[in-house]
Amino acid sequence: MPSSRLNWSEFIINRLIQLAGFSSILFVLLILYFLLSEGLPALGMVPLSTLLSTRWYPIEGYFGILPLLLGSIVVTLGATLVAVPLGVCTAVYISEVAPQWAKEVLKPLVEILAGLPSVVLGFLGILILSPMLRNFLSLPTGLTALAGSLLLGAIAIPTIVSIAEDSLNTVPRSYREASLALGATRWQTIWGVTVPAARSGILTAIMLGIGRALGETIAVMMVTGNAPVMPAGLNALFLPVRTMTATIASEMGEVASGSAHYHVLFFIGIVLFIFSLIVNVTASTVGYRRTRRQERLLS
Amino acid sequence: MDTFQIEHLSVTYSDGTESLRDINLAVQANQVTVLFGPAGGGKSTLLRSLNRLNDLDLGVKVSGRVIFHDQDVLAATTDVIALRRKVGIVFARPTPLPLTIYQNISYGLELTGEKRKQQLDQAVEAALRQADLWEEVSDRLNDPANSLSGGQQQRLCIARVLALQPEVILLDEPTSALDPISTAKIESSLKQLKQDYTIILAPHNTQQAARAADFAAFFLQGELIEYGPGKEIFTHPKDKRTLEYIEGRYG
Ligand SMILES: Nc1ncnc2c1ncn2[C@@H]1O[C@H](COP(=O)(O)OP(=O)(O)OP(=O)(O)O)[C@@H](O)[C@H]1O
Ligand SMILES: [Mg+2]
Repeated sequence: MPSSRLNWSEFIINRLIQLAGFSSILFVLLILYFLLSEGLPALGMVPLSTLLSTRWYPIEGYFGILPLLLGSIVVTLGATLVAVPLGVCTAVYISEVAPQWAKEVLKPLVEILAGLPSVVLGFLGILILSPMLRNFLSLPTGLTALAGSLLLGAIAIPTIVSIAEDSLNTVPRSYREASLALGATRWQTIWGVTVPAARSGILTAIMLGIGRALGETIAVMMVTGNAPVMPAGLNALFLPVRTMTATIASEMGEVASGSAHYHVLFFIGIVLFIFSLIVNVTASTVGYRRTRRQERLLS
Repeated sequence: MDTFQIEHLSVTYSDGTESLRDINLAVQANQVTVLFGPAGGGKSTLLRSLNRLNDLDLGVKVSGRVIFHDQDVLAATTDVIALRRKVGIVFARPTPLPLTIYQNISYGLELTGEKRKQQLDQAVEAALRQADLWEEVSDRLNDPANSLSGGQQQRLCIARVLALQPEVILLDEPTSALDPISTAKIESSLKQLKQDYTIILAPHNTQQAARAADFAAFFLQGELIEYGPGKEIFTHPKDKRTLEYIEGRYG
């Protein structure tokens, strides 16, 4: 009977897809469990006051994660300040202003940039960016938070451009025509209609770009000087720092399993996880709220 | 009085489609001029030439002249922004901007530099009344425009054009996406509007063409076959092709 055969294959396909879905949920839960079970004991082994202090020197039992936390925040914020305006403007240029041939060249170029391994960018950072910064700003070393910010900005830009451009592209042509037909100039149309219409996609792009910067490890380790000093004040930008990711990556290899240091490193992992969770949730609620509203409007 | 004096207008798209060939036409002020004919005849192309919207189609070639207030609209020196404020257009599908009802109408005005709240409020209300929409939306002006029904959205698009106090309103099959009742509403407001505006309409069927036309122009594959008072064209067309088209539709 063909119809029951059809039902069977439907059933099997359904189950397979369900399995695939559940297995990815399972993996996430397992990772989370592992992270928590290795990281939370740190709270029992190291007093909270130590954890929240400003000195990171694990060999002598100083486990203050604040410098690392602030290091990550400073570098990521710096990267955001660089990447968001540049990224969004580039996306607007590619989608709204560039002539057809430029679009056809730029779009794939951006995709290639987005796929560049960050180690390669780290090389460029060490060889070109940081000497330039040192000479230009006459600093003792070019390996600073600023170098990290600029490099991370460069890493986040392609992500932002690519996703923001996609969302600008999905804005219906009729919006632009309607605006122009009402006597708007091209720029008035772009800032008054096209960009607001693509707002949720652009915000998602920004959040994903920030996420990318926050999680980046190798490149940032190569150019920030890797010194776990407490960033204080504005001049912290011109001093070496160390991010949470860089700390985990450089110390995890030589730590004794089960020691306080080991658990604290995992605890930093939890903090990092919470940070990127916040970024991702913000990104998706922004998008979600918009679609919800649109659905309501359409019904 | 003529509003538009179209002389030897030809339009060719980048793919080589010759959508209009040597069109000569004088559009009368304060009348409804109907452009009708089978699909692909060039009606939309003509409308979009009149306010230079076809500038947006890359590689389009336009030749000839379109005289409006003693100036050639097609000239490179034309102030396109000012032209589009004087010559508004309503498209086949309602195209509300992703803004509120109020903002959809104030948008064009604010672009002209009008910022005074009271002026804007008045203009918005006047435009909505003219488009016969005020009663239905006066208590929800701050709702998103796409929460309106299709027919309401289309009247909003008309109101949006009216708010700019244009001289000419171009309507490209404005009722093609609407039900008969919304269609009737829009047709009746057109009758009102022609006292103050010149209207050029590409209707979405021959019946509508015959109902609305003071003057009618029959387009076939990029050529203007016949042009004259609506009554004559729809009762005794001079050209055989016009007659065939009208009869074909009347059955
Ligand atoms: N942007 C464009 N690029 C290329 N060709 C086009 C474009 N717009 C229209 N054309 C072509 O120009 C011709 C006239 O099109 P137009 O849209 O002006 O016809 P129309 O009379 O409005 O038809 P309809 O009744 O279907 O709306 C058609 O052959 C169409 O394929
Ligand atoms: Mg058309």
